[in-house]
Amino acid sequence: MADRIRLQVARYRPEQESEITFDEYEVPCHKEWVVLDGLNHIKDRIDGTLAYRWSCRMGICGSCGMTVNGEPKLTCATFLSEYAPGPVRVEPLGNFPVIRDLIVDIGDFMRKLVRVKPWIVREAEKPLADGEYLQTPDELDEYKQFSMCINCMLCYSACPIYRLDPKFIGPAAIALAQRYNLDNRDEGASARMDVLSEHEGIWGCTFVGECTTVCPKNVDPAGAIQRYKLTAAVESMKAFFMPRGAER
Amino acid sequence: MSVHTEYHHRWLRQPASTYWWLKKPVYFAFILREGSCMFVGWFVVYLLLLVRAVLEGEGAYRQFLLWSATPGVLVVNVVTFGFVVYHAVTFFQAAPQALVVHVGRRRVPARLVLAGHYVAWLATSIVIGWLLLGGTA
Repeated sequence: MADRIRLQVARYRPEQESEITFDEYEVPCHKEWVVLDGLNHIKDRIDGTLAYRWSCRMGICGSCGMTVNGEPKLTCATFLSEYAPGPVRVEPLGNFPVIRDLIVDIGDFMRKLVRVKPWIVREAEKPLADGEYLQTPDELDEYKQFSMCINCMLCYSACPIYRLDPKFIGPAAIALAQRYNLDNRDEGASARMDVLSEHEGIWGCTFVGECTTVCPKNVDPAGAIQRYKLTAAVESMKAFFMPRGAER
Repeated sequence: MSVHTEYHHRWLRQPASTYWWLKKPVYFAFILREGSCMFVGWFVVYLLLLVRAVLEGEGAYRQFLLWSATPGVLVVNVVTFGFVVYHAVTFFQAAPQALVVHVGRRRVPARLVLAGHYVAWLATSIVIGWLLLGGTA
């Protein structure tokens, strides 16, 4: 294996450029080094002006999502040696406005996320003296997969629907809505349905499936969307045939 | 309200390439499915025309069969058949992710849900084939 590898890193400095350019750096290619290690090496030893997000280095914080050789990846979980002898092209995540170098603005997602109420909604909290809301392992399994989302935005970057229609609420927001819909402690499913059943909600998705393919946490957002389509269709039928019984 | 930097107006919004759908087979498959929905629409229209011809009597039905055997209609219908099968297969692929079936406390594996769809498809095709062959025998 080569002991060094070239990184072609996207640069965008809004005060001096109107388009992305690429700077090339040569970094060590240790067996245990990930792309993020390469970027940190550049930042620490070669070019301190390079801007990118990172935090935990262990696939938990979801900060270091970037496009590596055309694929959305968590750079802390993508080994440089996989791309030897290189070069490795590192770009900001697609489908988001670039603020600087490898940093994108995810404000659009943050605004959409709040709309699906990603928290446990209770009509009435039980008194503290009544203790915890107990849950069996089976009840936990119902939503656990969707709770693994780390908001890394790889799914939005891979989604052609989001690219074509930025109003689409998107894979992670829907998966996180399902995380709470399937939680037996939650009572907010009907409130979320108003948002999820909009044209830009679940029905925008035509099942490309790339969101699930690129997800580093095996959340399966495409599955969450298809599953919710079935739920929404059943609820619509109920409302049509039993308008009073289905009133929320 | 978001707080933006001095350079907010210069955030780079990269336009998507016109040919983005050629970059990955899965994107191409997606566009193919979206584009081919017109053929699925034609399949429904053709079926309705067939029903109308049957309802109008033997003469209209024979006229419909003659029209269906013309090269243009035949080519369109062969292409349509291919796309309808493509839509059916991709629909079946999505089914295990949409259908979460429990037997007792155990979740039915996705491959069994998928297999169930294909078995139902096969069984339906056999019944229809049997009816058609039985009718001509």
